[in-house]
Amino acid sequence: MSYHIHNPEAETMPREKLHALQSERLCATVKRVYENVPLYKNRFDEMGLSPKDIHSIDDITKLPFTLKQDLRDNYPYGLFAVPMDEVVRLHASSGTTGKQTVVGYTEADMKIWGEVMARTIGAGGVTKSDIGHISYGYGLFTGGLGGGLGSETIGCATIPASTGNTRRQVTILQDFKPTFILATPSYALTIAEFLDANGISADELSLKAGFFGAEPWTENMRAEIENRLKLKAYDIYGLSEIIGPGVAYECQCQNGLHVNEDHFYLEIIDPETGLPMPDGEEGEIVFTCITKEALPLIRYRTRDVGKKLSGQCDCGRSFVRMIKPAGRTDDMLIIRGVNVFPSQIESVLMDMQGIAPFFQLVVEREGNLDKLTVLVELTERTFTDEVRKLEAMSRQVTAAIHSVLGISAKVKLVEPRSIERFEGKAKRVIDKRTQANY
Amino acid sequence: MLLKQISVFAENRHGAIRDITAVLADADINIRALSIADTTDFGVVRLIVDRRKDALAALHKSGMTVIETDVLALAVDDSPGTFHEALVALTESNIMIEYCYGFVSPKAGLATVILKCDDEEKALGCLSSKGFSLLSADDIKY
Repeated sequence: MSYHIHNPEAETMPREKLHALQSERLCATVKRVYENVPLYKNRFDEMGLSPKDIHSIDDITKLPFTLKQDLRDNYPYGLFAVPMDEVVRLHASSGTTGKQTVVGYTEADMKIWGEVMARTIGAGGVTKSDIGHISYGYGLFTGGLGGGLGSETIGCATIPASTGNTRRQVTILQDFKPTFILATPSYALTIAEFLDANGISADELSLKAGFFGAEPWTENMRAEIENRLKLKAYDIYGLSEIIGPGVAYECQCQNGLHVNEDHFYLEIIDPETGLPMPDGEEGEIVFTCITKEALPLIRYRTRDVGKKLSGQCDCGRSFVRMIKPAGRTDDMLIIRGVNVFPSQIESVLMDMQGIAPFFQLVVEREGNLDKLTVLVELTERTFTDEVRKLEAMSRQVTAAIHSVLGISAKVKLVEPRSIERFEGKAKRVIDKRTQANY
Repeated sequence: MLLKQISVFAENRHGAIRDITAVLADADINIRALSIADTTDFGVVRLIVDRRKDALAALHKSGMTVIETDVLALAVDDSPGTFHEALVALTESNIMIEYCYGFVSPKAGLATVILKCDDEEKALGCLSSKGFSLLSADDIKY
């Protein structure tokens, strides 16, 4: 099989050459942030560190970390390394927890974003003859505009469908015949549900590839999306603090996500000690922006959990691969002392026959005991007239969760589409315990 | 003959049944018979209506979880012991009843019981052969 590569010169760059490029770029970035961002100047000075101490990318471990809290403390523009005159775009995180975080892009940053997203989409075999349907939200969220930018950079006709109004989106999919789609995996399944409910076959669509991210998903969910929408589903990874979508991407081998290493340097650290984890071991994902101008974050702790995958990928890319996040460290719930990632519950549900992957975890405290309720949306494929079977189904989910997580949960079946969606993402956790209870 | 019943999923929340009847009222659907199976967390609303296809379309359109189920509509004389005779016949044929509910038949002197058995085809054969009267979809379109 031949693998499509958008920018072979960059994506297959020999490791030694990449190392030299990363070193040169890191040194320049460190100098720039020291001179332009007070937070970094103060941190470097406190550590007795000078930009001159950084000679190569291997010196990166000498640098201080940047935390999400640093962005909040310097809200909105305090960590920008350029004057506002040079900023051409602002995005902001949804701010579901605490203050929202603001990120900026210069014209050069926008070019980088277009390039890394073009590589991401190109890795699924997309060329300029393709038509792109972007179902991520357009707005402050980076998904829509970032996805569209990548599609346009390749030269694809690009449909900025944004989120919502599934009926209209399906009409566009049928009539405009886009060949690839970008969406959250749960929205892809919403589209599949709509097709089923309205007797439309996926054969009536022209989709051959889909790029899904912005929320955790599982191999089972991938298989379901691929079967129901008749396309190849690629995982993409990104976060607005680094650039948005386009930080790491799957190739046609669908085995790990290649990091756009000429722009973003990946480290895996032990979240407790901050020390690098041995290669191949799981830890917290840390990224350093080595080319960005407006917001070049140094050693940004993503709180996502992942690991590096060793060995060369069959596609020929030299970029290191990471295994997709097992969950965000901040999404992790501690319920009765047990670590629970929403993605684990998702895996359990996807393994059950005919259960929708739309769920919500509600954590409460009764007396001194944490109580977990899992709301699971029914679909018509799951629904039966017989109460006995429905009750058996919720008992099965309870048993499966217990066997995987070792905690007992109450499972409550709810009506389809009754779980709140947010920017196409299902809101997965409602924690009603107060801070004092942790 | 078998009759199609509509089953709608209803969460145990304020107004859940009202939401269903609102859709049916708007679509000008007449409910012939109704039964609700309830548990602590949810219920299943079972309906026999005059215009089933229209009712299904309207419920689907409003995003409800709806399925159709085959049931039997047994019409018996509205007098003591008549339903019992039908149950004797079913029991003797080793047929289990999942659930049943009754409604007043438009035909004077008849009572109708909706029956969901473990084996609908077998129950149909059993009751027909014993001369029991079963209603069709046309019988409830009046």
